[in-house]
Amino acid sequence: MATKRTERVDIRSSEDVVRVRQQVRVLAVEAGLSLVDQTKIVTAASELARNTIDYGGGGEAMLEVLEDGRRRGVRLTFADQGPGIADIEQALRDGFTSGGGLGLGLGGARRLANEFSIESTVGVGTKVSITRWKA
Amino acid sequence: MDRIPILKMGRALLVTIQVDMHDRLATALEEDLTTKIVAVGAKGVLIDISALEIVDSFIGRMLDNIAAVSRILDAETVVVGMRPAVAITLVELGLSLSGVKTALNVERGMALIARRLEAEQEAEDGDEED
Repeated sequence: MATKRTERVDIRSSEDVVRVRQQVRVLAVEAGLSLVDQTKIVTAASELARNTIDYGGGGEAMLEVLEDGRRRGVRLTFADQGPGIADIEQALRDGFTSGGGLGLGLGGARRLANEFSIESTVGVGTKVSITRWKA
Repeated sequence: MDRIPILKMGRALLVTIQVDMHDRLATALEEDLTTKIVAVGAKGVLIDISALEIVDSFIGRMLDNIAAVSRILDAETVVVGMRPAVAITLVELGLSLSGVKTALNVERGMALIARRLEAEQEAEDGDEED
């Protein structure tokens, strides 16, 4: 699998969340995703970028256009050095939130992507990665 | 800070969201609308989101909140112009906006609000005859 392009975006403020959405849109168009799939991955990016601020205290997004044989897609990785998540299963459940949100961010982002992975260590940080392939 | 403009049309308020809103801007709109509903005695609020390329859980919650607060303040909120891709994504995200009245476009949304105003007017006229 080859990475065609990589962008890094710092996530510190709610303006950065907007910037992530706009960058992800550019990459999703470049990967040839349909309008619905673009909308899904941009929405998922918005949820995860906001989580990075609200729960991770800020961090960084790595946005990639992938090529795997004839398949193209977009992979987004959000990393923070925040407090980490003690119970990942619970965090993925709809309606669960440790903040003031709706608790749809993590589970929703997983549903909107084709691939989803999360690594988190308490006291070290959290890394969430999602991929959406061109249908 | 930037603000989303709110227009007054008779007893209705019209908001057209034309920018990719960051969270603080969305929260400010919620507050501004609430203040304005009371200030002008609005009976209807029309929110045009046809320019929005995504609605995530934050904006979805803002729409839900505006609808709930306006209802308590005796105004009806109608959200119009949602793009099909946005609707598909919202449902998959897990938000159904069940408390929000929607219409396909501004014209139909205005018609909904106008019908409510007429019904109230008739009720008032009826009271006077009693």
